[in-house]
Amino acid sequence: MWFAPYALHIPDGFLSTAVSTVGWLVALIVIGIAIRLTRHQLGERQIPLMGLLAAFIFAAQAINFPVAAGTSGHLLGGTLAAIVMGPWAATLIMTAVIATQGLLFQDGGLLVMGWNILNMGVFTAFTGYAVYVLMRRLMGEGARSRFVAAFVGAWLSVEVGAIATAFELAASGTSPLSLGLPAMASVHALIGLGEAIITTGAIALLRASRPKVLEAGETAPGRKGASFVVVGLMVALVVAILSPLASGSPDGLEAVAEREGFLNRALDPLFELLPDYSVPFVLNEAVTTILAVVLGTVIVFGVAWAIGRATIRKETVGE
Amino acid sequence: MHYDLTDQYHHRSSPIHHLDPRVKVVVTFLYILALSITPEGTWWIFGFFLALILVAVWLTHLGLVFTIRRSFIVLPFLLAAVAVPFTTPGSILLRVPGLGWTVSEPGVVRFVSILIRSWLAVQAAILLTATTRFPDLLWALGAFRFPKPLVSTISFMYRYLFVLVDEALRMMRARAARSAQVPGRSRPSIRWQGRVAGSMVGSLFLRALARSERVYAAMLARGYDGHMRSLIRFRMTNLDWLIFVLAVLFLVTPLILSLR
Repeated sequence: MWFAPYALHIPDGFLSTAVSTVGWLVALIVIGIAIRLTRHQLGERQIPLMGLLAAFIFAAQAINFPVAAGTSGHLLGGTLAAIVMGPWAATLIMTAVIATQGLLFQDGGLLVMGWNILNMGVFTAFTGYAVYVLMRRLMGEGARSRFVAAFVGAWLSVEVGAIATAFELAASGTSPLSLGLPAMASVHALIGLGEAIITTGAIALLRASRPKVLEAGETAPGRKGASFVVVGLMVALVVAILSPLASGSPDGLEAVAEREGFLNRALDPLFELLPDYSVPFVLNEAVTTILAVVLGTVIVFGVAWAIGRATIRKETVGE
Repeated sequence: MHYDLTDQYHHRSSPIHHLDPRVKVVVTFLYILALSITPEGTWWIFGFFLALILVAVWLTHLGLVFTIRRSFIVLPFLLAAVAVPFTTPGSILLRVPGLGWTVSEPGVVRFVSILIRSWLAVQAAILLTATTRFPDLLWALGAFRFPKPLVSTISFMYRYLFVLVDEALRMMRARAARSAQVPGRSRPSIRWQGRVAGSMVGSLFLRALARSERVYAAMLARGYDGHMRSLIRFRMTNLDWLIFVLAVLFLVTPLILSLR
């Protein structure tokens, strides 16, 4: 009866140590920011409200509807949570859901949990929300635009999560990108439809019965910063994914990269950032790679976030 | 994936159950990390780590196959790695007749290593939750300075998880009761069914929201000031330290030996 709908809960063992470490690092940074911002948004109510909504997402993932041939449509919930609570609060809610699934039910590994949180919590919440906000701005205020925006946002969010997963698996040498990416993307293009239909249905119900709830989501923090965070995370992901290639272990992605000829081009800026791709004075090669990767990720994410914040402040002043 | 919603904690009076939860959390995490670092194809280390987990399971009085029985939940994800034997370059072990696909030796080694790593890692995680109460586990995470609001949120989620799952199950039972199918009539469209599911999710959300207001009001009435307090306290005993040091030794030694 209890089916977790997505093949996105990566178990331990499927991602390399370096890739997993980067995932935890980025996840902790994002969670830290999310906690600070939601404390402003919700105050003392933060913990009971987040806790109940995390339990809600977990329970809502069980609600399904039959599609065809024994398969069924499910909800992951990142976009829905982001639309009603804002992307930062949704990040916290989804983190709690994924942590509980991993810790309590062993659905998703512990060492790889950083990436599970990013794939299913952060990427889904932020892409879903960014698309939702953008499309509403383009299409106007009507009910129809809200439904279309929620539908597209939810569908894309699942797709982005799946593509990110394919990249992480490829970087770890578990599944070559040339096979994994089309497989993940096409399967989740279908699964994403279930997500989109349920999310739109839920939004329709909320609009009809409690429109105030939807308005609250639109004034939540992160409204303007969402797209910058998406960009920052994407860059961080690219860095994290390309970095293990520099460690010299041949794998599927490297083979693809060499064939496509983008490897050298892609790695040049990294080499400039951290010469020889190793932090001096540390002897063990694996440790140096991880350290270098970690450092690079933090720098890139920090820069992207700083640019995002600066731009937001300018916009706010401009208004 | 099948969630077993009965309590994951299995009470016994064993040395593992009595360990400080911090020791169990750290050792479990180090175990999974050690598995991840273990070079591909060093079968003797994997064998040694399997022996370690079996000894730990034996110490818990849960029965030797307890973790193995529940460890198959990682199997579906193996699909993600199934291409590895075919795509990894290296000496060719065999060809698939008719298709021209080749299975390489390093590919098989990598695939089996991934299989073993995830199989052993999930057993360690199962053992952790089977021998540690979830509130104690979260207390240990808090003691390691995991962000406090997050840990409190998770502990709150855990309290209401089963309440909300119950509510979702009731709604699904209600839907099933009103969805009799007349033979010969076509089923309602997928879009319509999806909207119904969406409405259910939406009303579940509203119920959760209302419940959180009630809970918050009740907490305020009892003097809530924004901090969650807990009576859980653990002290590291000599035995805790001994087991911690032993476990770390057992995990690190084979890795150092493999570097030679």
